[in-house]
Amino acid sequence: MIEILFYVLSFVSIVTGLMVVFAKSPIHSVLSLIVTFFAIAGQYILLNAQFLAIVHIIVYAGAIMVLFLFVLMLLNLNKEAEPNKDIAMKLAGVISASLLMVTLTGALHGSVVPEATLAVNTSNGLVKNLGQVLFKDFVVPFEISSLLFLAAMAGAVLLGKKHPSQITDSEIQKI
Amino acid sequence: MDWFFILEKAILIIILFSLTLFIAMYETYMERKVAAFLQDRVGPDRAGPFGILQPLADGGKMFFKEDFIPNSSEKWLFILGPGIAMFTALMTSAVIPWGTELHLFGRTISLQVADVNIGVLYIMGFVSIGVYGIMIGGWSSNNKYSLMGAIRASSQMISYELAMGLSLIAIVMMSGSLSLKDIAAQQSGSLMGIEGFHWNVFLQPLGFLIFLTCAFAETNRAPFDLPECESELIGGYHTEYTSMKLGFFLFAEYVNMFISSTLIATIYFGGYNFPGLHYLPGNWQALAGTAVLFLKILFFIFFYMWVRWTLPRFRYDQLMHLGWKVLIPLAVLNMLLTGAWMTWF
Amino acid sequence: MCFFMRNKFANYHFRSTVARVTFAARFMETQDYLPIVLQSMVAVGFVGLVLVVTHFLGPRRKGAVKDENFECGIEIQGNARVQFSVKYFLTAILFVLFDVEVIFFYPYAVNFKELGSEGFIAVVMFVTFFLIGFFYVLKKGALEWER
Repeated sequence: MIEILFYVLSFVSIVTGLMVVFAKSPIHSVLSLIVTFFAIAGQYILLNAQFLAIVHIIVYAGAIMVLFLFVLMLLNLNKEAEPNKDIAMKLAGVISASLLMVTLTGALHGSVVPEATLAVNTSNGLVKNLGQVLFKDFVVPFEISSLLFLAAMAGAVLLGKKHPSQITDSEIQKI
Repeated sequence: MDWFFILEKAILIIILFSLTLFIAMYETYMERKVAAFLQDRVGPDRAGPFGILQPLADGGKMFFKEDFIPNSSEKWLFILGPGIAMFTALMTSAVIPWGTELHLFGRTISLQVADVNIGVLYIMGFVSIGVYGIMIGGWSSNNKYSLMGAIRASSQMISYELAMGLSLIAIVMMSGSLSLKDIAAQQSGSLMGIEGFHWNVFLQPLGFLIFLTCAFAETNRAPFDLPECESELIGGYHTEYTSMKLGFFLFAEYVNMFISSTLIATIYFGGYNFPGLHYLPGNWQALAGTAVLFLKILFFIFFYMWVRWTLPRFRYDQLMHLGWKVLIPLAVLNMLLTGAWMTWF
Repeated sequence: MCFFMRNKFANYHFRSTVARVTFAARFMETQDYLPIVLQSMVAVGFVGLVLVVTHFLGPRRKGAVKDENFECGIEIQGNARVQFSVKYFLTAILFVLFDVEVIFFYPYAVNFKELGSEGFIAVVMFVTFFLIGFFYVLKKGALEWER
């Protein structure tokens, strides 16, 4: 039962993952990515990591993908406004993708795959235990993560907000 | 495989679905009657006695209208939008405890579809997914009004989601559990000597007000109905929709209203608990609890309508101001006060 | 098979190995999600069925002018793939940041009573940083919708 579910979810996540790459329209890519996230959340539930599963849905599918959709809707998606994809761009894409692949294979090759994954305490992923670990053993990293958020907020405001005096009339005309 | 378990849940799900759809149908009737009452009119009175068959007539009309798809729209996304809206609306009811346990045929039947131990987060998850139906529907229509309505709606929904999540944290701190079953069960204690009256609303009045406001904004109901304000945006994100696809968008709103009333009743008003519940024997306890829960739900549905026909609509900057600069700081304050009170007093 | 693990009598047959028991324990938690899968199948079935049925029930009349988008009766000016105010984008990006911070509070809230005053002080520090960021964003006018 659990194995069938595992294979179904894996199949869905791989197929939708491929659709993210091959879809013509960026909106279709984003939607397939959302389905991929749901399949991965299903995998987390099979591993009994319930909190991780629901956080995955809330944060990735519910927040980050909404942001992606916003960005796509913000952009001008008309055919004539499409960026030109010349040879240099394609070459750069191929090179960076192969570099990523080399890095990933290297990392996977060097890592040790633990043998007895089944015998570990599987209630680790429940909210109760997670909170105990996070707020007893990892309090300092937790506090430091809030500084990270602070930096991210400053960055977002810096990028997204112009000073009121710099806003031109044509920008006010936008919806 | 325990087939009785599956069967029991399947029956519960079917009953729940029929009930949800029935209530959503009659909410439309109720809304028109309440509006008529508040404005000193009669309201629908032609279809059947007191117009009681009006929702059936409306539903039939939805089915037999032309299924229009604009030629410049993204066809499949245009169909997907209302589908997602309806789907997310129907899914949230799974984790709500509709009553205590029934004892039938030697089995204990829990009146809850799924008692997951992340119930509150499950609801937050589906609330955050609910944005997609509106966004995809509005964008794929390729209509400026739809797009504007969709962007407004999603901006509004994500803004109020934050305050909603923060207001629920205080409740979780008090109950120590994310399961809605536990949260409902814990409200059966006694408050000021009255058994079954330990409702969270008396302990979390500020949190309740924040949650209530956010629930109004999340369901796009007045006074937060900017995404579909007729005077500016024609129909908002569903301007191009006809037939049952339009029906799904409207229906999803009423289902959401029902579900959020249920959540308010369950989280803050004791759920199925009421003073005197524990005197009742066996199965009567479960049935009476469910009946009382539905009375509470009906009151909050009425409250939604009461507010809609009483308050005028917000302006968009006022809406954003309220969500970000008033509700979020208040919710953080509420959380800290609850924490400080419970830690040191 | 594993549903029997809830039954006391069936327990004896399966308790042979440690791995089996952890497997079953894992499945008992996962089993809570089975009704949700069931409900999602019913919901998808209902939505799909109604959309298909209504597609064939209504009349269909095609026409180049009739199938155009609605724009208050005037001729359509361009299409709806227009640029948007950056304020919406900024709202969304701030939402992502604050949402992650709000999620961080949940594991704490569940363990609130066990963690006591030490945990509370840790969270107060976290909230302080949260509020510093929040008031910085407000001060910079990122959420000013009037301008």
